[in-house]
Amino acid sequence: MTADVLQLDLLTSRYNYYAVVLLLGIGLYTLIESPNLVKKVIGMNIFQTGIFLFFITLAFRTGANPPIVTKGGGPYVSPLPHVLILTAIVVGVSLTAVALALIVRIYSEYGTLDEDTLEELYYD
Amino acid sequence: MIEHLPVLLVVLPIIGASVPLVASLYTDRSGWSIAVVTMLGHAALAGLLAERVWTDGVVSYAVGGFALPYGIELVVDGLSLAVVLLISAISLGVLAYARHAGPHENTFYSQLLLLVTGLTGMTVTGDVFNLYVFLEITGLAAYGLVASGREASAAVAALKYLIVGTVGASLYLLGVGYALAATGTLNMADMSGKLAAVGYDSTLVLTAFGLMVGGLSVKVALFPLHTWQPDAYANSPDSVSAFISALVSTVSAYALARLLFSVFTVDFLTAVPAARWALIVVASVSIVAGSALAVSQASVQRMLAYSSVSQFGLVIAGFAVATPIAVVGATVHLVGHAVMKGGLFAATGIIERETGATTIGGYAGMGGRTPLAASAFTVLALGMVGVPPAIGFVGKWYILVGAVEAELWPVVAVLLASTLLTLAYFARLGERLYFAEPTIREEGSIADGGEESDGLRASSEPRFDGGDGDDGEEAVSTGMLAVVVVAAVLAVALTAAVPALEQLLTETLPPLIQ
Repeated sequence: MTADVLQLDLLTSRYNYYAVVLLLGIGLYTLIESPNLVKKVIGMNIFQTGIFLFFITLAFRTGANPPIVTKGGGPYVSPLPHVLILTAIVVGVSLTAVALALIVRIYSEYGTLDEDTLEELYYD
Repeated sequence: MIEHLPVLLVVLPIIGASVPLVASLYTDRSGWSIAVVTMLGHAALAGLLAERVWTDGVVSYAVGGFALPYGIELVVDGLSLAVVLLISAISLGVLAYARHAGPHENTFYSQLLLLVTGLTGMTVTGDVFNLYVFLEITGLAAYGLVASGREASAAVAALKYLIVGTVGASLYLLGVGYALAATGTLNMADMSGKLAAVGYDSTLVLTAFGLMVGGLSVKVALFPLHTWQPDAYANSPDSVSAFISALVSTVSAYALARLLFSVFTVDFLTAVPAARWALIVVASVSIVAGSALAVSQASVQRMLAYSSVSQFGLVIAGFAVATPIAVVGATVHLVGHAVMKGGLFAATGIIERETGATTIGGYAGMGGRTPLAASAFTVLALGMVGVPPAIGFVGKWYILVGAVEAELWPVVAVLLASTLLTLAYFARLGERLYFAEPTIREEGSIADGGEESDGLRASSEPRFDGGDGDDGEEAVSTGMLAVVVVAAVLAVALTAAVPALEQLLTETLPPLIQ
């Protein structure tokens, strides 16, 4: 009985992680399955967002203060993942920019964003 | 000044990369000279660093003076030193090649220097998250460089590379997250101790290992994850394919080795045999599948790209065997492969310019048409197969001896089979080059000289005559030929440097070699 309650507790209290898994799944699925190049890039972004959420969740601690030393005593939330994710977001934005630039070029050359059509043109 | 060497090595190319962009306001032909000056500086710093590592052993640098393990650490030991020197040397070679072969735009040289920044950073960093950042800098610069080809297919290849590469890097980042959750630190040395304390068989540690190694395998282009590589190598300009084939996967393989030996350590591999076997299986499949795919290619550049898949399988197999001699062998093969593969791509570029041949059928009888490039190509190909005086032999031999010592007989069998398969595709090409009737008529390329090769490469070769002076008319410059010949000579001469490298590795990596 108690074991069941614990399990249920575990299920309801870890919703962040479900969101992470869901985002990773949706992102990867879109990335692989969508024939549209722009949607692929969006899938890539969703996938990365899942990872960002994972890091932020790692840093979370119930009842902890923001990591600003002057504001009362600890416990503090770990500041490290936030710093890492800021960097990772910058990387993600640059990747999206480069990907979109390439897509613009592909569209102007081949006149399509559809992967299957592109495949036919590409392997001529 | 001298104590800041490791960080200067990374900062110099960043500064160098921004200068051509500013210079573009005044002239669009200054990129090359700026890149050369920067890379000469890089080489000088690398040389000074080599001297320090040789005399004092491992060099550690705390960036910004933040106390370790909280700050970012840069570490240079024997393994990273070898790779840093390789980056300097190959970059200078590629610049000599690009002087004539182009692209000539300033932005190209900015990207090239950014790529050098990323590669150097990956090599010297001692921090797993920093490794991710430099991995992405390398990636971003490489995607841009691949797309710098004139043909539209270059953009498609670059987008494919970007998507696959980003997934790889993201998986690595997720792995870093797991490792951070397990240990609470990002410093490699600190993490390796804490991972041992957490227990190597804990789910967190195993997941971190799987994700990090899986992510890096995409970048190394091991077999099922290699799909980006042939397109990227075959569609980019010659200078770029020579550069990225020589360095990008090489440095990723180095990062994988760094992860195996400095973070997870050999103890992890012995404690979790499944992880080690997984690596060995992936590497072995890569070796066989890469060779098999290479044999079936018609285009020479695609064949070389698939050959990389197989050779990196060999390197990773050497690291996974993890006996001292196998690790030395894998490092030797890593460095040797970079020199040989870069040289081979440069040689295909020259042969294509002089004769228009790009396929194995087209190479028939071209040995007489481009004697120097073809003979350098043959020497490099033989080195890749592992014919004795060449460095390819020493690397393979050491890995083989290591595998025999560790009694990993399946690996031994795969290694021997791979040599035969490598011989299969290079011997066929050698036979075509020297003993077959030409299929491409000479008149065409002689009659209108440069024009002909222009016609064939029109879209990938912008011919701005401004800075090239006299030899703007010729398809191939002395510099380009010199690069290929030097690569061929190095492929043999580097064998002499193996004992020094071995000594350096055993002295600076005691926890690795034991």
